[in-house]
Amino acid sequence: MVELVAKSPCAGLLPLNIGEVVASEVAPGAMTALAPYAGRAEALSQALEAAHGMALPAPGHSTLGAEGARVLWFGREMALMMGPAPDSGLAAHAAVSDQSDAWAVVRLDGPGAADVLARLTPLDLRAGVFETGQTARTELAHMAASVTRVGAESFVLMVFRAFAETLVHDLKIAMQGVAARREG
Amino acid sequence: MRIDGAGLINRERRLNFTFDGHSYQGVEGDTLASALLANDIRLVGRSFKYHRPRGVLTAGPEEPNALVTTGLSGAQEPNVRATTQELHEGLMARSQNRWPSLAADLLSVNDLFAPFLGAGFYYKTFMWPRAFWERVYEPMIRRAAGLGALSGEANTDKYEKVFAHCDLLVIGSGPAGLMAALTAARAGADVILAESDTRTGGRLTAETHEVEGMPGHIWAEDVTDELREMDNVRILTRTTVTGAYDQGTYGAIEKLSPAMAARSGAPRECFWRIVARRAVLAAGALERPVAFRNNDRPGVMMASAVRAYVNRWRVSPGRAVAVFGNNDGAHRTAADLQRAGVHVAALIDSRRDAACDLDVPFYPGRQVCNTDGGRGLEAVSVAAASGIEKIQADCLAISGGWNPSVHLTCHMGARPAWDPAIAAFVPGRDAVPGLHPAGAARGRFSTRACLEDGIAVAGAALAEIDRKTPEVSVPAAEDGAYAIAPLWAVPGKGRAWLDFQNDVTVKDVKQAATENFRSVEHMKRYTTQGMATDQGKNSNVQALAVLADATGRAIPETGTTTFRPPYVPVSIAAMGAGAQGQGFAPRRLTTSHHASVKRGAPMIEVGLWYRPSYFPRSGETHWRQSCDREVGMVRESVGVADVSTLGKIDVQGPDAAAFLDFVYCNTFSTLKVGRVRYGLMLRQDGHVMDDGTTARLGDSHFLTTTTTAAAGQVMRHFEYVHQCLRPDLDVRFVSVTEQWAQFAVAGPESRELLNEVLDAPITSADWPFMACGPVRVGGVEGRLFRISFSGEHGYEIAVPARYGESLFEDLVARAEARGGGAYGMEALNVLRIEKGFITHAEIHGRTTAFDIGMGRMVSARKDCIGKPASQRPGLTGEAREQLVGLRPVGEVQELLAGAHLFTRGEAAVRENDQGYITSVGFSPTFGQVLGLGFLRNGRARHGEVVRMVDHLRGSETLCMVQDPVQFDEKGERLRG
Repeated sequence: MVELVAKSPCAGLLPLNIGEVVASEVAPGAMTALAPYAGRAEALSQALEAAHGMALPAPGHSTLGAEGARVLWFGREMALMMGPAPDSGLAAHAAVSDQSDAWAVVRLDGPGAADVLARLTPLDLRAGVFETGQTARTELAHMAASVTRVGAESFVLMVFRAFAETLVHDLKIAMQGVAARREG
Repeated sequence: MRIDGAGLINRERRLNFTFDGHSYQGVEGDTLASALLANDIRLVGRSFKYHRPRGVLTAGPEEPNALVTTGLSGAQEPNVRATTQELHEGLMARSQNRWPSLAADLLSVNDLFAPFLGAGFYYKTFMWPRAFWERVYEPMIRRAAGLGALSGEANTDKYEKVFAHCDLLVIGSGPAGLMAALTAARAGADVILAESDTRTGGRLTAETHEVEGMPGHIWAEDVTDELREMDNVRILTRTTVTGAYDQGTYGAIEKLSPAMAARSGAPRECFWRIVARRAVLAAGALERPVAFRNNDRPGVMMASAVRAYVNRWRVSPGRAVAVFGNNDGAHRTAADLQRAGVHVAALIDSRRDAACDLDVPFYPGRQVCNTDGGRGLEAVSVAAASGIEKIQADCLAISGGWNPSVHLTCHMGARPAWDPAIAAFVPGRDAVPGLHPAGAARGRFSTRACLEDGIAVAGAALAEIDRKTPEVSVPAAEDGAYAIAPLWAVPGKGRAWLDFQNDVTVKDVKQAATENFRSVEHMKRYTTQGMATDQGKNSNVQALAVLADATGRAIPETGTTTFRPPYVPVSIAAMGAGAQGQGFAPRRLTTSHHASVKRGAPMIEVGLWYRPSYFPRSGETHWRQSCDREVGMVRESVGVADVSTLGKIDVQGPDAAAFLDFVYCNTFSTLKVGRVRYGLMLRQDGHVMDDGTTARLGDSHFLTTTTTAAAGQVMRHFEYVHQCLRPDLDVRFVSVTEQWAQFAVAGPESRELLNEVLDAPITSADWPFMACGPVRVGGVEGRLFRISFSGEHGYEIAVPARYGESLFEDLVARAEARGGGAYGMEALNVLRIEKGFITHAEIHGRTTAFDIGMGRMVSARKDCIGKPASQRPGLTGEAREQLVGLRPVGEVQELLAGAHLFTRGEAAVRENDQGYITSVGFSPTFGQVLGLGFLRNGRARHGEVVRMVDHLRGSETLCMVQDPVQFDEKGERLRG
């Protein structure tokens, strides 16, 4: 009999606390890619609403459910549900793929969090342009990433699990640069 | 010499620095240039070609002469402009391009040969003998002519790159820039104000002008304070906008203050990429010199720079200062000097009708025609009808007028326009979309005009982005005349310098014209004018004015050379910030990465992935020993390899099977649920794109695997085919590569090993070759595939990635207990060569399904991508080079990938080429090297002996052609 031990993508790498910014790993629960079949986006949205209390988000946006559950727009004709295990009924409307282990999920909090990200991504992060709840698939330090604003000074960053060390490495350098400018 | 008065320095804070090893003191607020002048150091560098003594010419980023090297070892930085280098405690600066010392530079002998070193000298002199150019002339010239050098060590400083976004980018913070920023900020727009200086104000920091009844620099500080209080404004000092690019993107280089750069984790420089909806170019103007004989002596300085040193830094560049100009600025210089208590030796004004209300020796309608001195200016000669008058002076302030800083407006190909009223080029209309020039940058030179223009231009820019302009009143300020009368070069003998940095004289430009290099672009390249690090900021307009005169054309007709980014030098380190060491590219690490490294496995890069090459054990001193052992493990007991890097794509939907039938050349709609099939994918041109297995997990759910290298390409291909060619098919793709950690378990004991870890044991009957299905491992839901890339009885087991490391450790430990263990890429490669399995070494982009012996996989019963193209004449048949196996049979037991094949007895020349070798590996199973390759009509030539010749590495042998499958041809082990 074998006993498998689970290891999170950023185990041993986070949290990082540099200056006023904190990077910490998020345990997002289940993560499920939902790709609605032809003409089924509305039906999927209703099924999502019924089962999980969250509608399918518009491009660039996310919807919130109970207990931190969230559905992110995740690219063309795709959403990513974070939190609950997917209701089995969703598969009638969409391709459902388990992504729970596919992404490293990191939260960046604190004054200067946007300045840290400005060193890693070309995304326009101005509060009036990228509001809380907005999300983007973008480039983060040469990695394909998902960036979501979850608060005035809080972001959730996602890169492929295998890139976790690079993400933390590059975040650390960016955080040090921002902290050095803000001190004193 | 430091003079009394407040200035913009802090005399309380004294700073120690060294120049060429000697210790000096400056004060807070100094630049290296002002501190050197305060210490009466006038000789600061040697010129590029003639090694002539040179002093500080300007007080800004356009400085051509005062270039120094700072720092040591990895932090050494060459060609630092002393005029922009902030003084800080402990600064070490060294002069450049001199040997053995600045004062006694032996290479100044070049100056004596000046008659031979004029324009086109290289082209004429070093033509012959031809072989001498690279070996003799070029190294010699490079040693003699030059700038500072890097240390050759890796850079130890940190640099960074930042993105920024705004509604309005204001470039420059003089009167125009400040008013533009204020107007936009009050309109509520997001504003970035970029200023290359350490403080805002532009020329207001250097002049004695008043604005709104207070000293200009104080007014500038007040406005800056107001801006700083606003949330929608970001002020970037020490930041020079270096380039204008498409879609409102601007590059900028920020040099952090020495104090901030010294903090832990802080960068030294930061390269900004600013995306702005609109921009205002308020970069001001650059004063231009006048060419006359010996106008390059240390002590000759721009008039605007003299005012800046006197007013801002309270430094007099001389004890007796002469002033020479062709506009009212010369008079202001004399007035400022007088007010500061500096002796004005003469005011020479080339305008005939000039009047002077200052109590100084005044020479209207006269010109400076020569200077005297050695390593510094001692006297200036003024030409008059009666003869030459010499005036004792150790500093000469010159002003030939001002050139608006049009550079950024030309970065997208536009040309500036000539404005005869100010005898200067101004920005062309709509030169860069969204970039609006304002103030002196478009030829409005009085303070009042700049203030007004800043408001008006910002208003125009705001209107374009639908923002209302608030009422902003124009502050009271001087509105004096400029009154320039053009003067480019004073006629006379001797060398009159245009380009101080590249040692180009009036004579050189005239000679270029004489030799028919009449185009301004040709003149530039023939004389090298404007090709130094200042990019001709001090010389372009005068040089083309001289060229226009020499060729009998007007200045606008002659035109300008092309202005290109960057506006000021940008260190490569800043542009490549973050890319040193591991920052070069993201590292994609498998879940077993650290377990592999712990076992001593050297990692090799496959795309961004890192994979173990082999797993050395004690006593093994060569990789081949490890590789041979690992191959033996798989053939005899059981081996474990991480294969997670292979691309995995979930293909789902009612039309998933139809889609796969279309992208693969073989058929997947007939595949049963719970089975795996090998597939081959063609490009539209009929050649092989990729291969891999696809498992049918459910009626409308397939899992496609790709090779590691082509995972992204295949995903992109799927999306392309679906979106562009077959939008009618209802199918969706999700990459699940990262979701699953997957391990190959291969060898005769693979099933026994798996049955130790699976919750429910498997049997051969339930799990025949190419079966797949769900399994449980220690309660975790996983997947099992009975597939093999080694030719052995083998499986691949997948679990969610969080369990990857744990399962790998467990499997390897159990395999080791059975006499097996982990195997790496080297063994994996040998195993597949023995078995004749292909990789991208074989499907390298130029091979067809026919070539690799899989022509019959292209289904005759359906259409697929690449099928029609694969049937073109020439893509099948005897003339094709076909996949074969090879083994050496000659004395030399070596095969080399990349070597070419020739028919025995034929010369090894291109015309006789019969094919090439793609993969080789030493097979411990057969005790010799085995290879795969492509041979013309190869499948019909099994049993023939051919010649392998590697012209590059000088190796030759004979080898036997045979079937690519050299191990277990019937596949009994695979299925057993």
